[in-house]
Amino acid sequence: MNNFSYTQASTAKEATGIRKDQPAAAYIAGGTTLLDLMKANLEEHPQLVDINMLPFKGIEQTKDGLRIGAMERMSDVGEHPLVKEQFPAVSESLLLAASPQLRNMASIGGNILQRTRCGYFRDAAFPCNKRVPGSGCPALQGDNHNLAILGTSESCIATAYPGDLSVALAALDAVLTLENAKGKQRRVPVTEFYLLPGNTPQKETVLEPGELIVSVLIPATAHARRSTYLKVRERASYAYALASAAVGLEVQGGTIRSARVALGGVGTTPWRSPEAEKALVGQPATEATFRAAAAAALRGAQPREHNGFKVELAQNTLVQALLKVA
Amino acid sequence: MDFTEQSFFETNPQAGSVGQPLDRVDGRAKVTGQARYSAEFNNLPGLCHAVLRTSDVAKGRIQSIDASMALKQPGVLAVLTHQNLPKLAKTPNDPEGKKAIGAPMGFMPLTSDVVHYAGQPVALVVADTLERAQHAAALLKIQVTAEAPIASYEDKKAQLFDPEKVQDGKTKARTVRGNPQQAFAAAPVQLTHTYDHAINHHNPMEPGATTAHWEAPDRLTVYDATQGVTRTQKALSTMLGLSAEQVRVVTKYLGGGFGCKGSSWPHTVLTVQAARAVGRPVKLALTRPQMFTSMGHREDQTQTLKLGATRDGKLTALIHEKTSTTSPWDNYAEPNSKIINILYECPNFEATYQLARANVMTSTFTRAPGEAPGSFALECSMDDLAYQLGLDPLEIRLRNYAEKDPSTGQAWSSKSLKQCYQRGAELFGWSKRNPKAGQTRDGRLLVGWGMATASYPVHNNQGTARVRLYADGHALVQTGATDLGTGTYTVMTQVAADSLWIAPDKVRFELGDTKLPTAPNSGGSVAAGTVSSSIYMAAQDVWQKLIKVAVLDKKSPLYRAKAADVEVKQGRLQLKSNPQKGESYADLMKRAEMSDVEGNGQGRYGSGYEDAQAAANADPTKKDEAGNHSMHSFGAHFCEVKVDPDLGTVRVTRWVSVHGAGRILNAKTARSQIIGGSIFGIGSALMETTVRDPNYARYTNASLADYHIPVNADIPDMTVEFIDEKDPYINAMGVKGIGEISMVGVAAAVANAVFHATGKRIRSLPITPDKVLATKPMQV
Repeated sequence: MNNFSYTQASTAKEATGIRKDQPAAAYIAGGTTLLDLMKANLEEHPQLVDINMLPFKGIEQTKDGLRIGAMERMSDVGEHPLVKEQFPAVSESLLLAASPQLRNMASIGGNILQRTRCGYFRDAAFPCNKRVPGSGCPALQGDNHNLAILGTSESCIATAYPGDLSVALAALDAVLTLENAKGKQRRVPVTEFYLLPGNTPQKETVLEPGELIVSVLIPATAHARRSTYLKVRERASYAYALASAAVGLEVQGGTIRSARVALGGVGTTPWRSPEAEKALVGQPATEATFRAAAAAALRGAQPREHNGFKVELAQNTLVQALLKVA
Repeated sequence: MDFTEQSFFETNPQAGSVGQPLDRVDGRAKVTGQARYSAEFNNLPGLCHAVLRTSDVAKGRIQSIDASMALKQPGVLAVLTHQNLPKLAKTPNDPEGKKAIGAPMGFMPLTSDVVHYAGQPVALVVADTLERAQHAAALLKIQVTAEAPIASYEDKKAQLFDPEKVQDGKTKARTVRGNPQQAFAAAPVQLTHTYDHAINHHNPMEPGATTAHWEAPDRLTVYDATQGVTRTQKALSTMLGLSAEQVRVVTKYLGGGFGCKGSSWPHTVLTVQAARAVGRPVKLALTRPQMFTSMGHREDQTQTLKLGATRDGKLTALIHEKTSTTSPWDNYAEPNSKIINILYECPNFEATYQLARANVMTSTFTRAPGEAPGSFALECSMDDLAYQLGLDPLEIRLRNYAEKDPSTGQAWSSKSLKQCYQRGAELFGWSKRNPKAGQTRDGRLLVGWGMATASYPVHNNQGTARVRLYADGHALVQTGATDLGTGTYTVMTQVAADSLWIAPDKVRFELGDTKLPTAPNSGGSVAAGTVSSSIYMAAQDVWQKLIKVAVLDKKSPLYRAKAADVEVKQGRLQLKSNPQKGESYADLMKRAEMSDVEGNGQGRYGSGYEDAQAAANADPTKKDEAGNHSMHSFGAHFCEVKVDPDLGTVRVTRWVSVHGAGRILNAKTARSQIIGGSIFGIGSALMETTVRDPNYARYTNASLADYHIPVNADIPDMTVEFIDEKDPYINAMGVKGIGEISMVGVAAAVANAVFHATGKRIRSLPITPDKVLATKPMQV
């Protein structure tokens, strides 16, 4: 880890101002992912700007839905009664993630920006196009057991976002509010926030340099109320998903009126599946429908040597999640 | 001395505390942070910190190391590389040196420019703070000419060869008993199956750690995370050209070892060299990623087991072949075949080992080395045999029950396996098992039951202890043993207390220091039996000395009695023929103005099965008798799993282990140790795998986030029992040790339960969801 200076910012303007003067500085909230990356010499920052004092707090009901401040902690949001009641998938995605200690520290904004667990990214001894653009991707011919099968490119097959929350947020049409150095705010849906790797896997989100995540807005809907998050992993807790599914259904008289589907652990980004949703809406809420939707969701999958199992696993995960809310 | 008669359970039947679930005597020190581990001796004057810089590539030559940036950093004291590190008096780089040192690996990093494996230490940076050392280490510019490495025996470039011996020369690479090929060919039932085992790492919570302090140019004290202070002392003194007496090694507390701390690895002597280079005490603690390339591992391996049997399920032939990866220098393979040779009655047996050299460090013993993967192959094939013949898996094992050691024909010193089967089955409810696989459900989940046999040898060993009994009823008991965290402090306190007829809280027990009487490495399940017997024998020495004083003391009621006619009961010296006649040791010592009396003892462990000559260290008068016995612990595991047929996830939902392992010294710590070993085995069965990239020969998941070991949520309530077993041959205390056997057979019990649940026979560990989904059910 390199030496760095530490500054505590009390306003967004102060924080973004420092970043403007020192572009290599990084914001730090819970620090649960940033410090790991710095200790492993994967990221170097001469300065850290502590944004925990920023007023990006609160879990509030608005007329459209729920607004969650980016500085809220994973555990507080996951356990919040409004979240549990109106957005079960969001609550479950948070509480199935990491460990209690990490959830108590990690912020919502930081969770959305956590970086891949690809072993080649996480070890500076390997080449990695995401870390060192143009250096190559050993995962293509190497250990790709828990890497992506959707949205991949010849440059990168990492599940760039390895976590859970954004999968639920992508499914439920959540929108992020971002703020830049000029104090200007803009809104970006979670589904448009993450970028496919293409030839530039180092560019992971639409966040501009210095821009901050202020809050998350999740619209209150019938399918959000009837949502769930199912996570499959190699041990019962404290593991990243091999595959996961965030789903929400609105069912009337046995027919699906609206559906939301996103997959985790299989895409290079939180993988919203309009194909699956299309296969669900207007159909009877039966296992046959869900199987057809699952097949549609994985249709474009491009598995590699060790992750072919994810095609079947992701389909089954999606079906089980849909059965749970049907 | 006739140790059958003198053994503990005969002479001390009213033992007050041995066997009782005494709370850990070191528990308070540990939970309050008073217990100091090897990286916690921070008050040494001028202590500074060393950080290893390791090789990115797995094969190549170091062209240059530019330390200029690192050396400019504030607080940096030295950058040590192969270019400037003073030569060691002896290195393990040649076979003679390796043997003299007792090194686990025939290669010492930083003695040349050659890189043999990824993670090999190439430089050591010393600074006044840890952070400065870490930063400076990252600033080193190391140029290496890289070559394409060989990653494993599966690598196309790898060349398989037939070694003469494996496991550092301890095991012959080919063993034949009877006429196995012919017997297999003639067998009415033939099974041939291949079993793969992933690379596993020990991952103790406490990493490898060394604090080295040169108190004078010829006096070194090393606080080291080791399972054996004496072995480390030998390694260091030999490499440094010092006498053993000039090197003191201290290990007061150890945060687990599981075999990786059973030998002295390069980082320890490098820390010592760094301390000499900077003239200050130096501390080094390996990072978690470095733990994957610094202290060995369980090697990647494949086993093929051919099993021949009669139609009624009697084994006629077992043919075992193992192929595994080893380092560029050593012929290491854990001896899987040994348990296959002894577990069941079978007249024909063959085992061979094949190796391939790759760019990896040498693998080493990992809990139940050989027995764990060997039992996985054998116990899955036995399960197959049971299903194929329509027999209960327990019945197939009873039909092949070995009444004597099939490998030598020797009688067992003791064996309670039938009782283990019976009690385990009873506790588990095995009789209610559905004989058909894939038929039991709990909602969507498939439910399966599996069982497997466990066994582990009693290895040949010896150790010494010193007991000082004070006239006021306190005692100081000392031995250079190590407590891995399993309860050595506690059980030895109990043994000393009962041997001296005093309460445990009157015993002060010290261990983990080469200044104390020499004890063996804590490994191979030898510590409990050897150390307890040493203490028991030392206490007997105390009593014999007091008896001599009494019979010469005119004022003693025992004056002029024959020493042989005097016994000690409840701390009272008395005539065997007339117990009324005698006195307490306190009275005697007070009158004789003795403040204390000191005794020494040597605990002799029985013979290991690898040495059929047996009992080299056993009591000479009993040597032949003891030597004619095969000495093993036995046990049985019963496991229930629930498998999600859609998601491929396996959860262990019930667990029963019953073991017959001689005298159990403490019901609580023993139960905990069996639980720990079973969890270790469940980890290897369901999730533990270190992945080595096939092109770079470098691990891709060297962290505890990505190398999965079980968490609490993976483990159900576990039932553990012991069969009351008295073994008169193994040692004075009748203790066999339980650290290793706790893991043997565990993976097979889990795999057999998965088969019973799903009809899927998964012969590759770990059994992860991808394999469960990809495997087709067997037609049985």
